[in-house]
Amino acid sequence: MRKLLVWLTVAGLLIGVGTTGWAVDEDLAGTLEIVHWWTAGGEKEAMDALYEVFRARYPYVSLIDASISGGAGIAARAVLISRIVGGRPPGTFQVHAGAGTIDPYARPGFLEPITFIYEEEGWVDVFPEPLLEMLRFDGEYWNVPVNIHRSNVLWYNKGIFEEHGLEAPVSMGDFFRTADKLKAAGIIPLALGETWTVVHLLETVLLGVLSPSAYTGLWDGTTSWNTASVRLALDYFDRMLNYVNEDAPALSWDEASALVVSGDAAMNIMGDWAHGYFMAQGWTPGVEYGWAPTPGSAGAFQALSDTFVLPKDAPDRDVVIAWLRTVGTREGQDAFNPIKGSISARVDADRAVYDVYQESAMDDFAQDAIVPSLQHGAAASPEWMDDFISAVGSFVAHRSVDTLHRDLVSAAEEALE
Amino acid sequence: MRRKRRDRLGALALLVPSALTIGVFVYGFVGWTARVSVSRWRGIMPDYTFVGFDNFMTLFQQDRFQTNMWNTAVFTVVFIAVCLLLGLGLAILLDRSLRGETFFRTIFLFPMAISFVVTGVVWRWLLNPVTEGTRLTGLNLLLHEVGLGALANPWHMHPQWGMVAIALAATWQLSGYVMALYLAGIRGIPEQLRESARVDGASEWQIYRRVVLPLLRPVTLGAVVILGHISLKIFDLIMAISPEGGRGFSVEVPAMNMWFTTFRGLRFGRGAAIAVILFILVSLLVIPYLRHSLRREVER
Repeated sequence: MRKLLVWLTVAGLLIGVGTTGWAVDEDLAGTLEIVHWWTAGGEKEAMDALYEVFRARYPYVSLIDASISGGAGIAARAVLISRIVGGRPPGTFQVHAGAGTIDPYARPGFLEPITFIYEEEGWVDVFPEPLLEMLRFDGEYWNVPVNIHRSNVLWYNKGIFEEHGLEAPVSMGDFFRTADKLKAAGIIPLALGETWTVVHLLETVLLGVLSPSAYTGLWDGTTSWNTASVRLALDYFDRMLNYVNEDAPALSWDEASALVVSGDAAMNIMGDWAHGYFMAQGWTPGVEYGWAPTPGSAGAFQALSDTFVLPKDAPDRDVVIAWLRTVGTREGQDAFNPIKGSISARVDADRAVYDVYQESAMDDFAQDAIVPSLQHGAAASPEWMDDFISAVGSFVAHRSVDTLHRDLVSAAEEALE
Repeated sequence: MRRKRRDRLGALALLVPSALTIGVFVYGFVGWTARVSVSRWRGIMPDYTFVGFDNFMTLFQQDRFQTNMWNTAVFTVVFIAVCLLLGLGLAILLDRSLRGETFFRTIFLFPMAISFVVTGVVWRWLLNPVTEGTRLTGLNLLLHEVGLGALANPWHMHPQWGMVAIALAATWQLSGYVMALYLAGIRGIPEQLRESARVDGASEWQIYRRVVLPLLRPVTLGAVVILGHISLKIFDLIMAISPEGGRGFSVEVPAMNMWFTTFRGLRFGRGAAIAVILFILVSLLVIPYLRHSLRREVER
């Protein structure tokens, strides 16, 4: 019996030791390992399409798809950091353009500038200026954008809207009137998911209340957070949370979008990767679902861009550069984006392969004011983002707008000091 | 004499590799983490500038971290109490029944063989926080089906008591293990003791109360230490049930905060501070136990 006790004790202690750590393949010569976090419907297929383009060009290179799902890229980042700091970076990895690249990777010197590829490929002429501005740091370019996503989009179930004689809300007032009607009809007005989707909602509300330039100023300190207009946005945000599904924080973004597909919910505020998701569910844009800029944000395009980079000491540097060139080609972008739901980062994209939503996004991108997205790493440093998420995450439970405002003001002060 | 020395050398040679690896990979990293916890390290580049206990002060002032600690306390109390009671109850029942013991013992012990992540995925579905309408699943659907719809609740999404729902899942997994500990303990009690109590006219209840339970005290102590260190470090189960820690961090624990602080916020100093706090908490639990059992070994 004593032996049994000892065994049970050992077994119990082992449970506590846990099961962290994942197998990472060793890089081999002539191989390219790509770390990214695209695993949801629409995302994975888009990546496969890009691989096809690459394989057709470089059939001798073997590709290692190291996708790590979870937490809008946090899990992938955890693996990346230990590999980069440990001096064994993967060939290339996915990262958001803007602050998401500059603060953690470019500034500390973990990346090699790739301005030379820009010059050789003539990308300075084909990538739009607002995007180039987001990509430039220290006079160099550090990443190749594969797409442009718009984050301030309101998606709606057309069947439900037609049945109840509703139209896509343009202003905040419209939104609440529409939401009231939907609620009265027993439909969840707005589908919402885990905390980062709540932060996403808040940033679109901020953009809906503030002008594009004032909104952009929030991130560089030229607009104060301690103003009545920020407060007004927070009040709207608070009211909006009364119209969401009760299990909001329990769902991932795609589970929340699925509520619109199933007809349980009528609207969803999400970036246009939701477009890729809807199509993967067999929906046709403009038939089953419609879209509009989020309330009050017409004329502004909240942009984020997924990119790939060249880490310093990357194994098989030539292979990585070949990959980056492919990513930047018209062919690569036009294979990837129609499936992903985003638009090409190039101005010379072949419009014929894009659908009706993406064409409207291209038009908007050409004429709207381009503003950065916080949640998706374009606007603020990871520290600031973490504080922001902390404040919003607590708010979902305590619902005190005063506390939220105070927390956001102090997060901004700390980040901009 | 020479023989003895050779034995000793051999033993040393065998010990050194494991002692070295443990020294580096356990104690070395504990020390390194402690060093990082008093540094300013933010962003990916290591920065060992000494900042005293700033990281700890910031944490203890944070509402979020206070919630984390409260959650850990609720979880630990509920998890340990329910596991012990259920485990003891099951062990006594199995001890009394004659037929089917092996079968039930295996059934109750099986959940322990499953990883917390797997349990978490199943419980995530069972603990679906939707309380009404067409999207009911899991326990809330069951409650509605049997006419107890009023009892449906948001489970882990409850702002104050969400942790109890997580403890429920953990209890399901580990009370069978506690049962096995107790059963082994009960079987280790000599039958003569019970027999003589019976001769003295004790009822079965009195025998358990006065003879068996006091003799099980070491088992209880061991179980508390094992369950306690699991509950203080719990991470995977909650990450699988509710990856962002419920509603307003209702089920976030320090280990999860550490993960987000370090890898989302890139605040390595503060993340290491959380690790150190966890380490101290677990030490407070384990060290007295180790000292206690070591002293007993020496006495023997």
